[in-house]
Amino acid sequence: MTCFETFQAYALRSIGIGERLLPRSDFTLCDHFVLIGSGMIWNIYFALMALASGFFLATALAVAKGAANPWARKPAEWFIFVFRGSPLFIQFFFAYFFFLGLKGQYAFFDAFTAAWLGALIVLFLNTSAYSGEIFYGALRSIPKGDVEAADAYGMSGWPRFRRIVWPTMLRLAWPAYTNEAIFLFHATTLVFFSAFPAWQQRGDALYYANYFADKTYNPFIPYPILAMYFILFTLVIVGGFGLVNRHLNRHLPAERRAKIKYRPKLIR
Amino acid sequence: MFSYCTDPDTLGQLAWLSCYLTTGVHLSFYLAFLKVLGLLAVTAPVALAFGFLGAMAARSHILPLSWLGRGYIAIVRGVPDIAFFLFFVIALDQLFEYVRHRIKCPDWTGPVRQGNDFIVCPAAKLPLGTSPEWVHETYGFFLAVVTFAIVFGAFAANVLYGGMRAVPRAQLETAEAYGMSHRQTFWRVLVPQMWVYALPGLSNTWMVLIKATPLLFLLGIDDIVYWARSLGGTKTAQFTDYPHGDWRMWYFLFLLVFYLGFTRVSEVVLERLMKRLTHGQATTGGEAQRKAA
Repeated sequence: MTCFETFQAYALRSIGIGERLLPRSDFTLCDHFVLIGSGMIWNIYFALMALASGFFLATALAVAKGAANPWARKPAEWFIFVFRGSPLFIQFFFAYFFFLGLKGQYAFFDAFTAAWLGALIVLFLNTSAYSGEIFYGALRSIPKGDVEAADAYGMSGWPRFRRIVWPTMLRLAWPAYTNEAIFLFHATTLVFFSAFPAWQQRGDALYYANYFADKTYNPFIPYPILAMYFILFTLVIVGGFGLVNRHLNRHLPAERRAKIKYRPKLIR
Repeated sequence: MFSYCTDPDTLGQLAWLSCYLTTGVHLSFYLAFLKVLGLLAVTAPVALAFGFLGAMAARSHILPLSWLGRGYIAIVRGVPDIAFFLFFVIALDQLFEYVRHRIKCPDWTGPVRQGNDFIVCPAAKLPLGTSPEWVHETYGFFLAVVTFAIVFGAFAANVLYGGMRAVPRAQLETAEAYGMSHRQTFWRVLVPQMWVYALPGLSNTWMVLIKATPLLFLLGIDDIVYWARSLGGTKTAQFTDYPHGDWRMWYFLFLLVFYLGFTRVSEVVLERLMKRLTHGQATTGGEAQRKAA
């Protein structure tokens, strides 16, 4: 097989399009690159969907945690505590078996035991908790003057939040939120190594890298390729979030702008 | 375990549960918790030592050494941790075997990598094919510890590097003004003062380390995740005296609660430690303590 044929056969293998059988022997470098790259589709899918949906819950959680009313504050505090205090790996296992139990009783939960939905829900809740804590911290460090100025203009309630508090919160939280996005992206590799099964060998990048390493007993080729893909996409995230950061800081003089520092903690 | 456990079918619920939770396999499950704690107890100091060396290398004046330190920090932190775990377990094993192969069998001619196989002479196998079961387990655990130490050493190195750079320049200049050498300044002034700057980052690394311990499962160790999976699965009356349905959810709920408790306790302890370390330091925290006293 030429490399182009390999690409045609396996580029979309991870979502079930193309050749059904994975290569079994005589793995070429091209096989490695194409299949592991194909797996990246899942990592990107999980990261994008979880971040996009988690953003809103995170904002709600941050506001709730900062609220004076204990009926709003306590649940938010507990939610954040539970998801930040326990390993994501265990959360995946628990959620999977929880959905499995539900599936036994109600057919509706059929899809929840599949990775595309079940794992996505866990990642969504998890990133909401971590980002919620980041947003909460930012919410508390909004300059007093900004809010007073909003009051002086007669703004209150929703307009004040929408136009003053929320943009400032985002601006302050953005560097930390960028790191959270990077963690989450890296954490997506856990999905197929926890309980969620890779149906018909449709797995993520690490799943295929591990497949090659198991078959060839040579970790020195697939894992560096995987690392390369991840570093590449991490740079894309940093770049994309950097653009947003510039937009959020556009009204500030250059030296007061918050810089994004790449500081991931990586495991959750 | 208890004397009334001889015939579980006749027992009431509470007694049945007390018997069920003290079966031999469950004791192995509890022992696995000790394994996790043991891993933490061994890994944390080793990772800290790795981190210290990494940070020292990164701020070294010798350029290649500095690159080595920075490269170590950057690479380990830029790639998903789990990929590293899966990578290092095989890579370290092959490295050890290869080194032993070169030393023990110098006249072996065949290449080590033959197609999809990694072949070393029998004497170089680690552990030896003839060694008892516990040697295999200990070797696996040892590999896990080294892997954890390498990965978390990079995290600690980054934190310590930041801590070293955060010590006020004036403190070091004062030391130099007193005629201390580079080495003396480093050990007597920089190292004692850097901890307070590094502690928030280190406690974060510790939390992350705790939350990474379930990954032991992926390294092929019979840890708590392994036991929770196998004990929780459906058991029929054919194979056990204690048949039950699929309880894996409850086992993992228990693990979840265990980790929540563990991280909470660590948080409280680290907060106290921070308070103690801040005492008498030239930081806002130390100043606030001085004023309060």
